[in-house]
Amino acid sequence: MSTANDTGTQRPDERPRPTGLRAYSELGVCGLLLAVGILVLTDALTMETVASARGPVGPRTVPLVVGTALLVVAVLLAVDVLRGGRGEAEGGEDVDLAEPADWRTVALLAGVFLAFAALIDPLGFPVAGALLFWGSAFALGSRTHALTRDPLIAAGLSLLTYAVFHLLLGVQLPGGPLMGVM
Amino acid sequence: MDSVNSLIDGFGTALTPLNLLWAAVGVLLGTAIGVLPGIGPAMAVALLLPVTYGLDPTAAFIMFAGIYYGGMFGGSTTSILLNTPGESAAVIAAIEGNPMAKAGRGSQALAAAAIGHFAGGMIGTILLVVLAPTVANLAVDIGAPDYFAIMVLAFIAVTSVLGSSRVRGFASLLIGLTLGLVGLDQMTGQQRLTFGSLQLSDGIDVVIVAVGLFAIGEALWVAAHLRRGTGPSIPVGRPWLGRDELRRTWKPWLRGPLIGFPFGAIPAGGAEIPTFLSYITEKRLSKHRKEFGKGAIEGVAGPESAASASAAGTLVSMLTLGLPTTAVAAVMLAAFQQYGIQPGPLLFDREPELVWGLIASLFVGMVMLLVLNLPLAPVWSKLLRVPRPYLYAGILFFAAVGAYAVGGEAIDVVILLVIGLIGLMMRRYGLPVLPAIIGVILGPNAEQQLRRALQISDGSVTGLVNTPFAVTVYVVIAALLAWPLLKRLLPFHRRNSTPTSTQTPPPGA
Repeated sequence: MSTANDTGTQRPDERPRPTGLRAYSELGVCGLLLAVGILVLTDALTMETVASARGPVGPRTVPLVVGTALLVVAVLLAVDVLRGGRGEAEGGEDVDLAEPADWRTVALLAGVFLAFAALIDPLGFPVAGALLFWGSAFALGSRTHALTRDPLIAAGLSLLTYAVFHLLLGVQLPGGPLMGVM
Repeated sequence: MDSVNSLIDGFGTALTPLNLLWAAVGVLLGTAIGVLPGIGPAMAVALLLPVTYGLDPTAAFIMFAGIYYGGMFGGSTTSILLNTPGESAAVIAAIEGNPMAKAGRGSQALAAAAIGHFAGGMIGTILLVVLAPTVANLAVDIGAPDYFAIMVLAFIAVTSVLGSSRVRGFASLLIGLTLGLVGLDQMTGQQRLTFGSLQLSDGIDVVIVAVGLFAIGEALWVAAHLRRGTGPSIPVGRPWLGRDELRRTWKPWLRGPLIGFPFGAIPAGGAEIPTFLSYITEKRLSKHRKEFGKGAIEGVAGPESAASASAAGTLVSMLTLGLPTTAVAAVMLAAFQQYGIQPGPLLFDREPELVWGLIASLFVGMVMLLVLNLPLAPVWSKLLRVPRPYLYAGILFFAAVGAYAVGGEAIDVVILLVIGLIGLMMRRYGLPVLPAIIGVILGPNAEQQLRRALQISDGSVTGLVNTPFAVTVYVVIAALLAWPLLKRLLPFHRRNSTPTSTQTPPPGA
């Protein structure tokens, strides 16, 4: 694991640094902070003041402070990045930072997730949940049992969760047409 | 003594069959989660927040506390056998424990860790029993300005003490505060950042934020960098200790809590710093200094004991002041909010059954954990072979269920994904997650206290600093903020700085 980079100080990094635009991809974070800051400020400034607002601090004050702080931090972060500071990517047990990032898998997972959101109401939780687990496992590289063991685990997990939420927690997940038949 | 009587009542609550069952579920889940790579206790509690819809608070918190302590026990198993610490607190266990396991002394390392956790947890919880009511009594008449000061302290401490970069910590905090602003203003009912959407006017549920940042963000980040072919886990037998090892470990077990407990109670990153300090202490005091780095049992016993004691310390600040000092505590605070319970000095008066039942269940859980972990360690280590696609698919599955269960609306699942993508970006660019979650949970509360304090003082800023308590807290905050400058003025610190080869990932993973 590499040592932490202090803000503003340059330290030699063991890993090869990406060059060109990618080296400054962190500026995207600054852009995001800037955009959010502007959004918060605009929202606060266009807020209609209500007569019921009591006390010296109204509903605007804190958003104004947060929005301004977002702008300041965005600028400070940009200065840090341009001076060579880098955010340290988070490590973990299953994280291999030596490999380049596999954004395809991330996009696939996001797609599976959105499909779940779209399907849960028409198909019901048991079906949509099983598809979510099966699809995620597939996206994460489970290939050898993709048509045998994986769908069974997915279906079992989904039905069990449905039952536990219904019986133990009293939360009714949508059953969908499948549960209507059963 | 008053607290002894309350504790006995607490055991009455904790020892009912149903609550024993929840404690058992908690420690089993906690150990499994600690052993499993990729899931930390904070993520586990976040994923389990939906149980708050069905369980009564006492049962839920007994389970959550079991997960917290169990995660510590299980985490050291992974570090020792696989050399890939999951929690930042378990890094030290890997440094000494893994060489021991490689040298065929894995059983002893596991035993030293498990008994260390037991000793640390017991001593820490006893300190909790003694200190918490006292702190609560001292703090019982603190008002709005004091609460506001404590929350500002939490904001500053998580951004300044933790992590390698302050500006990134503040960026994370502000993201959290912004998410907390969404919805109707609590005092005036004014819409903020809702963009006319009815969905957003209820605010973003804290369950969705916690699950999104901890579970989805983490799962996506791992997916982007999934390690192909994990290192082999070292097979071990039943943990045991010989007489010689006992002679070397009992003192570290007892010293660990003295370091761990106070650090857990202050917002300084939970178990990360105290495990490191305990390690250095044991190294200095050991007669076997040369063994350090190659598998010294003291280096497992002391830090592990410190880690568990720090968890108890964390509970002191959370229960008595409502101040979360670690990610787990922050998520537990979110659970309190789900129940509409405000942790703080009055909690001991208002919810004695809950608080003392929870504390008593910690003792019960600790005994369960020792029984579970000493003979069954070889069984737990089999969990390390779970296929990673199933593990992370399961995390995504339960996260989605949890978000949907909040309100039964599919749009919540989409919001969850968006927050998860923010969590992914934060991990990619080194923005710590803890400040964001603290910002979401404490932000709205802090705003309310601020406005209340200024209402009382009729708008004068002096209303924020008119109590000795608040002034003290602001002095501490000023010291925290000025610390980097002070450090530069003190030249000896540079010479003294310890090698940072043990730099750890930010907590909350």
